[in-house]
Amino acid sequence: MRGAFVRTLTEIAAEDARVLLLTGDLGYMALEPFSERFPDRFLNVGVAEQNMVGTATGLAEGGFIPFVYSIVTFATLRPYEFIRNGPVWHGLPVRIVGVGGGFEYGQQGMSHHGLEDMGVMRVQPGITVIAPADHRQMASALRATWDLPGPVYYRIGKDDRTEVPGLDGRFALGRAEVVRSGDDVALVTSGSVAVEATAAADALAARGVRATVLVVASVQPAPSEDLVTALRRVPLVLTVEAHYLNGGLGSLVAETIAEHGLGCRLVRRGVRSGPDGMSGSQRWFHEAHGLSAAALEDAVLDALARR
Amino acid sequence: MTTRGATAYDHGRMPRPAEQPDPGPSPVTGNAIRRIVLEQSKRANVGHIGSALSVADVVATLHGRVLHIPRHDDPERDRFVVSKGHAVLAVYAALALRGWLPAEQLDTYCGDGSSLGVHPEHVLPGIDFSTGSLGHGLSFGAGAALAARMQGSARRAFVLLSDAECNEGSVWEAAMFAAHHKLASLVAIIDLNGQQALGYTDDVLSLSPMADRWRAFGWDVHEVDGHDVDGLAETIAGLDTTSGPPHVLVARTVFGKGVSYMERQIKWHYSPMSDDEYRRALAEIEEQERSACGAHSSAR
Repeated sequence: MRGAFVRTLTEIAAEDARVLLLTGDLGYMALEPFSERFPDRFLNVGVAEQNMVGTATGLAEGGFIPFVYSIVTFATLRPYEFIRNGPVWHGLPVRIVGVGGGFEYGQQGMSHHGLEDMGVMRVQPGITVIAPADHRQMASALRATWDLPGPVYYRIGKDDRTEVPGLDGRFALGRAEVVRSGDDVALVTSGSVAVEATAAADALAARGVRATVLVVASVQPAPSEDLVTALRRVPLVLTVEAHYLNGGLGSLVAETIAEHGLGCRLVRRGVRSGPDGMSGSQRWFHEAHGLSAAALEDAVLDALARR
Repeated sequence: MTTRGATAYDHGRMPRPAEQPDPGPSPVTGNAIRRIVLEQSKRANVGHIGSALSVADVVATLHGRVLHIPRHDDPERDRFVVSKGHAVLAVYAALALRGWLPAEQLDTYCGDGSSLGVHPEHVLPGIDFSTGSLGHGLSFGAGAALAARMQGSARRAFVLLSDAECNEGSVWEAAMFAAHHKLASLVAIIDLNGQQALGYTDDVLSLSPMADRWRAFGWDVHEVDGHDVDGLAETIAGLDTTSGPPHVLVARTVFGKGVSYMERQIKWHYSPMSDDEYRRALAEIEEQERSACGAHSSAR
């Protein structure tokens, strides 16, 4: 996704001179396609994320479209008040790019795990929140949103090879993408963990359980109509996200169910527990938090058995 | 009277505006701002009076003599970031004195549904950036200055900070950035009144010597009297805003300046005035206006 982001942004920058890329001293072996082609529109601002967002606010007020890049936690949490009082308050086209949603920086430890970014970003009014599921969707999502008038947050991954089968790079703002269809259960997912959800759906199909899989890359604006349409048809919905349980996709789906008076049961799968001092790979963390395809399959079977 | 630093036009790529007939002395004076600050603070029964009085002469200098603002929405206008947003009443006063803020709108200060709150909102014409949380404005200004340079514009960005605001680490992130990138069109003005909400800055979290700290960060530093409008204007006119380091005016000021019982008193960070305090304050400002007027007449 990171490669697709930089490649697509470089293409866009060739078309529009307002596009700038700022980094908080991250992106080695990632941002070079942009920095080498547009050295005058690339700026490493140093390890100073508050100033990065504040400076981007001033640049955007002057007519530019600055993308600011860092690891999810450093891009969103450290400068959070600057995001709120800068681009959000002023309605300016600053783009916050956080790389490594969830456990993509697994071994780097808790400081590098992006576990609450969707929650804190989507509570801000007027900011678009985009969490692509694979590199092809990253490219189309960026193409569809780079010149929106207000601020955008992109929660992106590092993997530029894995594809969510059936997604085919589709993206539309305020819409969810259906990649599997079935009336027994709906799995609603977002970000790079979506491949676990589709794998779980395929395993369930082999057991005769027909699952819909909805990929939500447009977290804000939320794809309310698509969610309602899909969730009306199923008795059970399982949300799947590499994010704390509260505030993210599971919360969004819970709000949708409640506000529309839907009758389906909701099971949220995400990160339930706080830091426990353990480290490991993304796969290890997904297994530890019940986000592997096998664990999701079990969760669906267990919930269906309890009905 | 210098209305604009000559260097910006002489060295920049921005066309010099057509010569205008001298409009005479600006109506934006420190005492005129102070009078409005007192009137509006009393009418709305709110505080932050001492801070607004502290910056009155700096704001008078900027709005009376320095800022190049052909129109509020002119992309080539100078930007002014009131980073110490709690003193923005002084700026509202300046906008009113320039005739840009109607009296009836000024009278909505702190009212329901007004865009004139205690801290600035950019929806108000004449306010470029919303602030209120200390430590944001210098980054906004750095971005504005960088945008100007990338667009080949001679417009400048002025940022008014408080001394205690420099407690915020983000101020120093922006200070490093602006100096590293030689943002010559960025001019910070620090209202060095030595006070903050709960005490004197040297007792709470000392930043002395302020000027040395900015020099160490690579800025072009000018220590000035923050109540000397002529001196402030002259210093700003002499800045090279086209190349070299960013500039900071460390402006020595008196908190509550102009109202004797408020001067250097912590109480007047938050307190509103009683009726009697208001009468005494207004009488002092009126007396100073009369003296200034007399001095002006005798000078002629």
